[in-house]
Amino acid sequence: MIHQYQNNGYNIILDVNSGAVHVVDQPAYDVIQCLTEINPRHTVDSLKEKQTQELLIERMGETYDPQDLKEILEDVICLTENGKLYTEDVFEAYVGDVKKRKTVVKALCLHIAHDCNLACKYCFAEEGEYHGRRALMSYEVGKKALDFLIANSGSRRNLEVDFFGGEPLMNWQVVKDLVAYGREQEKLHDKHFRFTLTTNGVLLNDEIQEFVNREMDNVVLSLDGRKDVHDNMRPFRNGKGSYDLIVPKFQKLAESRHQEKYYIRGTFTRNNLDFSEDILHFADLGFEQMSMEPVVGPETDSYAIREEDLPKIFSEYDKLARTMIEREREGKGFTFFHFMIDLEGGPCVYKRLSGCGSGTEYLAVTPWGDLYPCHQFVGEEGFLMGNVDDGIVKPEIADEFRSCSVYTKEKCKNCFAKFYCSGGCMANSFKFHGTIHDTYEVGCEMQRKRVECAIMMKAALAE
Amino acid sequence: MKHIKTLNTQTLNNTLKKGGCGECQTSCQSACKTSCTVGNQTCENKK
Repeated sequence: MIHQYQNNGYNIILDVNSGAVHVVDQPAYDVIQCLTEINPRHTVDSLKEKQTQELLIERMGETYDPQDLKEILEDVICLTENGKLYTEDVFEAYVGDVKKRKTVVKALCLHIAHDCNLACKYCFAEEGEYHGRRALMSYEVGKKALDFLIANSGSRRNLEVDFFGGEPLMNWQVVKDLVAYGREQEKLHDKHFRFTLTTNGVLLNDEIQEFVNREMDNVVLSLDGRKDVHDNMRPFRNGKGSYDLIVPKFQKLAESRHQEKYYIRGTFTRNNLDFSEDILHFADLGFEQMSMEPVVGPETDSYAIREEDLPKIFSEYDKLARTMIEREREGKGFTFFHFMIDLEGGPCVYKRLSGCGSGTEYLAVTPWGDLYPCHQFVGEEGFLMGNVDDGIVKPEIADEFRSCSVYTKEKCKNCFAKFYCSGGCMANSFKFHGTIHDTYEVGCEMQRKRVECAIMMKAALAE
Repeated sequence: MKHIKTLNTQTLNNTLKKGGCGECQTSCQSACKTSCTVGNQTCENKK
């Protein structure tokens, strides 16, 4: 299976099952398109058949020099022989093994505070309350969560704990105490905790910054972009915007971390479909690590992304990619999380088949110690898997999540991006279709576009 | 090759040999939280 596309003047062929990426000239682009049509078997033998060459020359001999066509066909055969073009999918045979493997828990999302000092309009946590009550996690519950993680992590050494909310800084003392407890325990059990924090920045101060820089592997800082965009969606409960308060704090924190191991993370909505301007605004503020997620919500929400918005969103991703190439060449480059792609050292096939790990390797813990498949399922009682006292009491929920893969979802089977998103977000599938075994199509469209842009940037920057 | 330039040497198939250690970062712990970004992650098995 191949995917070929043109973007920003580059002709790109992605060999889906090997992950090989080829940048080709126009004759080769047209030849490969023609071969895909006239030679549906795409095997080395069928490409070598005399009839294939004859058909190719018959179809394209008037446009291109037959000698060139023969040369390109030879190149195509060579790449196919080397497993870099028209590669067959051999991974489906492995998916059963991957899914049958005994999984261990390696990451927890600790809902340290179901409370928030902002009232963001799109919040899936509903101002931190997650369809429930306001609550702060106690030190005792947090300790049990870390003990649960250690006990269920098998031989996995690196364990991840994200302090999440609501707003985790509203329960800061417990965060600090849990980090201290984790550092104690990791020595005893030969583990390494990677702590991370996701914050809106309102309560950030020098003391917190110093602690975060010492202990947190990564911090995710929520900022939506330009002042009017941010303040519109992320006001305080009294309606006042939060931009002016948090931006200087985030700038100081990013600098103190030497512009590493953090992300400025925004959410774009239908209200700012020109979101590339917001990402460039981050760069203008001096940030170098950024992420900008599309909002996820039903079309009944006025700010939700609709199918009809996709062309505008695609053009924004294109514009952003072109600008990033320019800035990189000027020595002013920055990282955009959703264009990150490592063609040489990306995740292994096992990881790509396993997906995000929600419900199996990754769990969310509520302030009172309940376990859910991920932070987005918190409050959906049908997905309550257990608690930190009794562990997993509904293993069938984990089994259902484990069974999901790109091979069980009909819509993924012929999608070129399946090994980059691993079947997409199961919470999004549940929100739109009431089942984790489907996909959120608008999200898929955006994902495909981002993969195309990311690969095009690799082509451009390889020149 | 005159007409085709390949950008990467590694293939997904090669990762079958050494992959599956599971030490890499969980995708939602990085910077998304509302999508699935497995492809953005880096392999941590340098062996």
